[in-house]
Parts: sequence; C-alpha cells; structure tokens
Amino acid sequence: MIGSATRLEAPAMTSTAQARRRQRLACAAFRLCASLCGLLIIAVMTGILLELLLNSRQAISTFGWKFLVSAEWDPVAGKFGALSSIYGTVVSTLIALIIAVPTSLVIALFLVELCPKRLSGFFRTAIELLAAIPSIIYGMWGLFVFAPFMAEHVQPLLSEYLGFIPFFQGTPMGIGMLTAGVILALMILPFVSSVMRDVLEMVPAVLKESAYGLGATTWEATKDVSLRYGKAGMVGAIFLGLGRAIGETMAVTFVIGNDHSLSASLFASGNTIASTLANEFTEASDPLYLSALVELGLVLFLMASIFQIIAQLWLRAATSKMGAQ
Amino acid sequence: MNDSLVPNPKISVRRLNFYYGSQQALKDNNLDIAEKAVTAIIGPSGCGKSTHIRCYNRIYEMYKGQVATGEILLDGENILDPSVDLIRLRMRVGMIFQRPTPFPMSIFDNVAYGLRLKAKLSRSELEARVEKALRDAALWDEVADKLYEPGTHLSGGQQQRLCIARAIAVEPEVILMDEPASAIDPVGTAKIEDLIFSLKNNYTIVIVTHNMQQAARVSDYTAFFYNGEVVEFGRTTDIFTRPQKKETEDYITGRFG
Amino acid sequence: MKERSITTRKAVNGVVTAAAGAAAVFGLAMLLWILGVVILRGIAAIDWSFFTQLPSPPGESGGGVANAIVGTFIITVVAAIIGVPLGVLAGTYVAEFGRDSRFASAIRFCANTLMGAPSIVVGVFVYTFMVVPMGRFSGIAGSVALAIIMLPIVARTTEDMLRLVPNSLRESALALGAPEHNMIVQVVFRAARSGMLTGIMLAVARVSGETAPLLFTTLNSPYWTVALDKPMANLTVTIFNYAMSPYTDWQAKAWGASLLITATVLIMNLAARAAARERRFGS
Repeated sequence: MIGSATRLEAPAMTSTAQARRRQRLACAAFRLCASLCGLLIIAVMTGILLELLLNSRQAISTFGWKFLVSAEWDPVAGKFGALSSIYGTVVSTLIALIIAVPTSLVIALFLVELCPKRLSGFFRTAIELLAAIPSIIYGMWGLFVFAPFMAEHVQPLLSEYLGFIPFFQGTPMGIGMLTAGVILALMILPFVSSVMRDVLEMVPAVLKESAYGLGATTWEATKDVSLRYGKAGMVGAIFLGLGRAIGETMAVTFVIGNDHSLSASLFASGNTIASTLANEFTEASDPLYLSALVELGLVLFLMASIFQIIAQLWLRAATSKMGAQ
Repeated sequence: MNDSLVPNPKISVRRLNFYYGSQQALKDNNLDIAEKAVTAIIGPSGCGKSTHIRCYNRIYEMYKGQVATGEILLDGENILDPSVDLIRLRMRVGMIFQRPTPFPMSIFDNVAYGLRLKAKLSRSELEARVEKALRDAALWDEVADKLYEPGTHLSGGQQQRLCIARAIAVEPEVILMDEPASAIDPVGTAKIEDLIFSLKNNYTIVIVTHNMQQAARVSDYTAFFYNGEVVEFGRTTDIFTRPQKKETEDYITGRFG
Repeated sequence: MKERSITTRKAVNGVVTAAAGAAAVFGLAMLLWILGVVILRGIAAIDWSFFTQLPSPPGESGGGVANAIVGTFIITVVAAIIGVPLGVLAGTYVAEFGRDSRFASAIRFCANTLMGAPSIVVGVFVYTFMVVPMGRFSGIAGSVALAIIMLPIVARTTEDMLRLVPNSLRESALALGAPEHNMIVQVVFRAARSGMLTGIMLAVARVSGETAPLLFTTLNSPYWTVALDKPMANLTVTIFNYAMSPYTDWQAKAWGASLLITATVLIMNLAARAAARERRFGS
C-alpha cells in the first residue's frame, strides 16, 4: 500500500528512490529479525542440551554409566545413582498410560462419533478445560482429597482382591506410586483425548458415509474405518501423552512420597526424576550433588525429547497420508 | 407427475422436502424410479440432485440439522418413517460416491466388508462372493493377483469400480450413484458406464450426473432438477429430443448452468 | 449363509456407546470433583486480607498473599513481553520466509521438541544459565523460564495461523506494490489476527499456572518485591510451600491461591476460545 502511494508522487524522483531504498532496508531488517528469532529457538534447544551436559560434567565423570543403574542416593556420603528416580518415572508413567490411553480413546470416539450432537460442544469444552487446569491444582487435589480417598476406599479393595500380586501389597497409605500414576493419568487424559479427537476428525466424512451406506452401525464404521484410517495419529497421540507424563512435576511431587527406595509395591512411596529435582534442587549445596541433579534433568530431557520426536514422526506420517487422500 | 410413465415403480417419492437447518434445499419433489432400469438425475450444480438421492438411504442423518419430510416409498414402504431400520435400509440401498472411497484395508477386505457385517460366512463362501462381486464390477481380471494389497494402491477408476464391487457384494436392490465418474479419467469413465449398463439387469440404479451426454448414454429415464424442484421427468429419449419445459430445453442445449 | 442378527449388532453398538459415554461422564465428573473442591475450599480461605496483606509468619493465622498475586502478575507479564514478540517473529519466519527450507524445518523440529520439554528441565536450564551467574534467584529468571516455555508454543501457533491465510491475499498485496514486510504485517497478520490472539492467550494462560520452572529460578518471598532482580513472591510456589507445610492456616491459604490461579487460567482459556469462535462466525 505504501508502495502504490509513493509511486503516485512521480515528479519527486529522488525522494521515491530514497523511499524505495528505505523500504528495501526495512524489508531486509524485518526478514533478519524474523530469522534471528527462528534461530533463537534452535539456540535455546541446543543451549538447554549444552548447559545440562556442561553442568553435569562432574557427576558424569564421577559415576559414569553407573549413575543410571545404581539405586544409591546418599547426598551425605556423596553417592548418587538415578535408578530409583528413573524407575519411579517409568512406573508412574506406565500406570498413567494404562489408565489414560483406553479411556482417552473412548472419550475421543464419544466426542467425534457417538455423542448426541446437542451435547458435543459442551463435552468438548469440558474436556479442554480439564486439560487447562494447572498441574499444581492436580497436586493439591491429589494430596488433600484423592490420596486419602485412595487410602480409604481403593487401596484396601485392591489389596483384598488382588493382594496376591506384589504390586498391591503393603500398607494403604494413599500417598505413593499408584496414586501418583492415577493422577498423572487424569492429567494427560484430556490432552491425549483432544489429540485423538483431532485425528478422528481428519477422517473424511465421505469414507464414513460409505461405511454407513453399506449398513454399518456407528461402532462398526468407527472401528473398521475411522480407527484404521487414524492409526498412525493415534500412536502419535499416545507418545505425546507419554512425553507429558514423564516430565510432569507438580502433580506427582505432591503425592508420590519422595523416597529414594525401590519397592515392588505400588502402594509404597517412591520418586520420579521430576519430583527429585523439585524437592532437592534448592537444597543441593555440594557441587557434586547439584551436578548429579542436573544430570537427572539431562536424562529427563533426553527421555522426553525422544518420545516427542517419535510422536512427531507418527503424527507426520498420519497427516501426510491423510493429505494425500 | 405422469405416473403412467413408470408402471411398476421400485421407489416412489412423494412431496419430498429437505432442509439444511432453515434453508430449504428440496421443494415438493415427486418422482418414480423404475425397477431394474437406470434413472438419471441431471441439473445445474446446487440444484439439489445429490441431496435428493441422499434421502433414499437417509445418509444425511449423519449430520446435524438436516431434515427430510414427505414420503419415499421403497416397495410401498415409507423409508422416511422413523421406525424404519437404518441398517437394513442401507443394506437394501447401496451408494457410490463422487470420489472413490476405498477403506484403509486390502482389496479383498474392502469387498468383504459389507458381507462380513451382514452374515457369518465360511472362508470359501466369502472368497466366492468377493470374486463374484469383483467380476460383476469388471475388476476381477485387473486385481485377481493382488487381492491383498491395499485398496488405495489402485488407480482412481479402479478404486471406483472397487467401491461398486463393495456395494454390490451385499446384493442391494437399489444402487445410488452420486456423480460416480466425475473424478475419473475418460477411459475409467467409459468402463464405469459399461458397468452401469450391465448392472441394470439386476439392480435398480439412480445416477446423479452433471454430464448430459453421460445421462443420455446410460439412462432409461431422466429427471431434470432445478432449484430443488423436479422440473421435468420422462424417458431419456423424450427428455433429450422433445423437452416439454423451457428450462429443460435451455439446460440440455447448454444455454444456462 | 447365516445372517448376522441386526439386533446383536445394534446391541454391541449400544454397549460401546454407553461405555464411551460413561468415560466422557467420568472425565466430566473428575473435572467437577476437582473444581468443586478447589472452589469450596478456596472460597472458605479467601477474605479481604487475602488480597491485601502480606503473608503471616509460619504458624500464625491471618495475613494474605497480596505480594504473591502481584508477583505472579509481574512475572507472567514480563514473560509475555519477552516470549510473545520473539515467538511471533519466529513463527512468521517459518511460515512466510522459510516455508519448507531446511532451516525452517530445523526451527519447526526444535520448536516441537522444546514444546515437549518438561517445564522443570527449563527451570534447571535457567538456573544454570542465569541464576548461577547472577548469584541469586530473581523474578526475571522466572520470567525468562516462562518465556522459554511460551516461545515454541507461540511460534507454532503463529505459523499454523499464517499458513491458513490464502496465498491470493499475499499476491494481491504484492501486486499493489506493497513491500514484503508491509504485506506481512498489514495484510497477513491482520487476516490471521484473531487466531494468533487466541494462541497467545492460551500460551499465557498455560504459563501463568506453571510452578516447576519457578521453583529454582524465582523461588518465593514473604516480602513485597517488585524488583525483578530479586526473589519474587508468586502464587504457584506459594501454593507448593504452603500445601507442604504443617500449618492448617497456610494450607487454607494454599487452597485460596489455588482457586485464584485456577479461575484466572480457566477464564483466560474461555476468553481465548470465545475469541476463536467469534472469528469463525464473524467473517
């Protein structure tokens, strides 16, 4: 628009040329700024990796690979092993996935295919709000409401009927690995179901019409056509949820008990990488202690990044296939 | 409408009105569809021809706010009646869409899909029926050696014939075709037209098309739609040689649309 | 040929529908449970002094979290001031200049990975990167941590929204002789405005409820602090500290703060969604 305006002032040739030069400069400056900001994202990403590596040097050189397989965590003696934190991270995430994936799937199906049309908007907003609640609120609720509920109602039942499995032995304390896993499940559930919902919504209507046109019921059309069609996207959604659960801090820290010991019982206290960091980082005065904590952070970052990358690859495969249709 | 044109109608449409929300798309449609013949529905785009046939299997009910009123009698039974079983209806009335819609599964499974829904069949029975459907759809020779490859690997024309095979495998009485050749190349289109011609011995076919030559080639009866109304209906030869209404004449001579 | 019973098939369909509906109702019930608890316990803890007074010493009742409310506001606003422009420009680069170049793909890849980075790791990074060199915890370190979390979110939403703008719009602006930067800022941004706004609001809402990245960057403070280079009081870390304390009065304050932060985040979310809906029906 500025260009067309300046061109009308044809007589003032010099000023036009000057204006053009200024414009070209502004263009280049804008472009430069934008690309620098793009570069910044790459820089932050590599910066995080480098800083974590650099600051965990001492722990890496002291403990080597043993850091990952030792369960000993003794700040006083200067011995640090990440195993209990890694174990807790993996177990709590697994519990979360076992609960959240099937539930998210049926919720997504419900939202896209089965829900009475009048109610769908309402449910959609509700699920999305659930995803927006800050994780510390889940922690508060978990600590004061849900852990006691688990201790009084759920865990006694589990140990009564499934007590022969080591997972469900021990004192029902409420706080512990199982409660942390369940709360994690609740946290990722809305998130995973909205990604799955997006995937299901990408299934072309005409494909579903064809299934219905052959006399399929809603469930048959969904199971045979929509789910097959969106398979790759579904896997991507699961990995996104996995990445979230693995790094979640506040919801877990409140209820996991924060204990560096390994136990088969899911009722027992434990810890995760994130909860260890949240609890101990500001207390770490010794450089080796701090370095070990940073290395924990590095391990967590790498785990989350791997799942994030896998999720991206699957989702990309899903969308490119859908785009090609 | 001139009822004597179609002595034994398979489908009789009476006072069919259709609404997308508050917008009326079909106005008092009356039409008779002859059994074991091809009826073509022509008209400019947006005239309601697709909407009209989407009422025959009530596929529109998938969407919010779409409502049909009036009567569509299939063998004398009003299929718009809420008590009609949609699954049974759609097994009797098959549908082919504008774009081929192979399911994300193998060629064999595509054709077997409706069969498996409908009945529990032994493997050999299933194979025999799939082969018959593919033969009837004039696709067997092209796919016999790759039945277990994904249906999406076929060409557009082959995909469309696969969809036709999938539809006729469950032996419907009526086949609805919504511009089945509009996304297909000329060679593929010719094959589909041949196929329509051979299918009409066994099936009642209703085809929506914007291509008048196609309507003239494949159909026995033609209905001309304009602005959601059935303007003129008759034998295809009559419609294309002696149209009674001015709008029909203008349309088929290419003066509008 | 053995017909399969339509009744059975419909029954299966009904069972699945009911199960899915039950799962959705379960999700909804959880939401109501959590919200209900937060609202009931929160309201019980909130009074006038909650908003106006400084925290009381440990174990004493009374007092409020006025400093933390102000602190959270400052930290979030500063984070937005840093994160939003950088994110918008980065997204603009990818959508308008880079498109499918290798550099743009690298940015997109890093942004996606960064979005999946646990927020506590971002806290560790800012600790080693800013807190250690500065020699103390500070409000600005917390803002930077939150800005890092916002950056990839804002960049990706901006990119997605700009990509929705039809090319014909760009072409007609350029055909009028508009220079490229002018075309982007005045035409493309304007066309994508409400979508970008929604994305930015969602990102701000998300970081305003973050705790983990503040734990060892901003820390917390029982005093009035508006200086960005000092530890600053904030609501989420206050919730964490108070909830873990043995004092019932502090625990009540934690519920009050929870209600405040939840209400803020959810209202921002609803507002962002309303803005998005308006766009869909508006034009």
